[in-house]
Amino acid sequence: MTTTERPIIDIENLTKTYGFLPVLRGVSFQVQRGEFVALLGANGSGKSTLLKLLCGLTQPTNGKIAVGGWQMPQEARAVRSQIGLVSHKSLIYPTLTGYENLAFFARLYGITPNANALNALLESVGLRKAGTRPARTYSRGMMQRLSIARALLPNPHLLLLDEPYTGLDQEASHALDALLQDTHGAGHTLIMTSHDLASVARLAKRIIIINKGKVAHDAPNEGLSPLALAELYAHATGERFNG
Amino acid sequence: MNTGFWASTRAILQKDFQAEFRGRELISVMLVFALMSVLVFSFALELDRLARREAVAGVLWVTVVFASVLGLNRSMNQERDSGAMDALLLAPIPRSAIFAGKFLANYAFTLFVGALLLPVMTVLYNVTMITPYSVIVLLLGVWGICTVGTLLSAMTSQARGGEALLPIVLLPVALPVIMASVRATTGILTGAPIADWEGWLPIMAGIALFYSVVCAFAFAFVVEE
Repeated sequence: MTTTERPIIDIENLTKTYGFLPVLRGVSFQVQRGEFVALLGANGSGKSTLLKLLCGLTQPTNGKIAVGGWQMPQEARAVRSQIGLVSHKSLIYPTLTGYENLAFFARLYGITPNANALNALLESVGLRKAGTRPARTYSRGMMQRLSIARALLPNPHLLLLDEPYTGLDQEASHALDALLQDTHGAGHTLIMTSHDLASVARLAKRIIIINKGKVAHDAPNEGLSPLALAELYAHATGERFNG
Repeated sequence: MNTGFWASTRAILQKDFQAEFRGRELISVMLVFALMSVLVFSFALELDRLARREAVAGVLWVTVVFASVLGLNRSMNQERDSGAMDALLLAPIPRSAIFAGKFLANYAFTLFVGALLLPVMTVLYNVTMITPYSVIVLLLGVWGICTVGTLLSAMTSQARGGEALLPIVLLPVALPVIMASVRATTGILTGAPIADWEGWLPIMAGIALFYSVVCAFAFAFVVEE
């Protein structure tokens, strides 16, 4: 990666208000291809809104967002095929099997659902055997892994993860860590919001802290421990981290 | 890579059929409600033969409308509960294809329930309900109700207490379709001259077409924040 490369995300003076309530107030930053960025912030600080803006699920009040060189929201349809979203909600149909869910989303992305490719994707998230079962029978961790498989289906350049650790037990969290490491290793750009400081400290290569709708800290993660990260958060926001 | 309108519509329709085949969450509820409704009306309305012929169209359409409300609520909640609507909105497909896929599935389910009601009501009310014209009226009336119902259920599913809200907003908007459907069906079932009720058919088709175009266009604004 070189710094002369065009950034995959270019946000300039972004503001978003809901009614009279300002959520984002002049946010600006760039993300280069292949980065793993963690967005930290208190509840209501604007992290999820920022992810929604990046994938075109909501529109900015002011400012500019470019994803992969495309301007949002004007060119949102072109951007959508380059973005995968993993949310704290599964975005999965519980009555369909894991395989059927992937086959359905493959069709929406214009991909012919090939059994070998879909099974290989299920295998990569450890759901090859469970793929024939309805998703409603999955544990929270399995559902999250299926959600990541769905997000990776169109081989997106950019993977957005909104609180992916919510509700996961320790074993499932470790499995998710490994999966995200593999995904990042495969060259995808990842942006993750999380309250799990241990995972953020372990995985993210850059930390952005959002406080009251503004960027309060933006620097590479130079081997910070979870404790050091909590101190950094407190210093940047003036508040104790509530994980 | 963007996916075309028809391919996306077909995928969403197929997914809704597949989910219904697995879960049987919509049709079973709609069907039980519809059968209970016509049964209750058959006991409540102990009418003479002529009065029964005049009332039966109203019973049919009240039952179809409320059964469709149940189906529409459940259908859209399936998308909202797990956040799957966001996954649909993220896919590189036209918003109108999401509307078309959901509408066609709702239309098929409601039509299925309506079609089953015709023979059941023929037996319960001793009125011949199955005629080519009553089937045409059913096709057009359900089309009109489901187009506007799909749009409004997408709106109300985002609101707190949305399930209770849907009939409140749907009934006034669908009133022209319901009124035309009842008038045309009454004319057919009472054996009135064709000239007395045939005028309702182009009106119903026109309303259904108008609702289809407006709702497909408005859907994108409704589902996006």
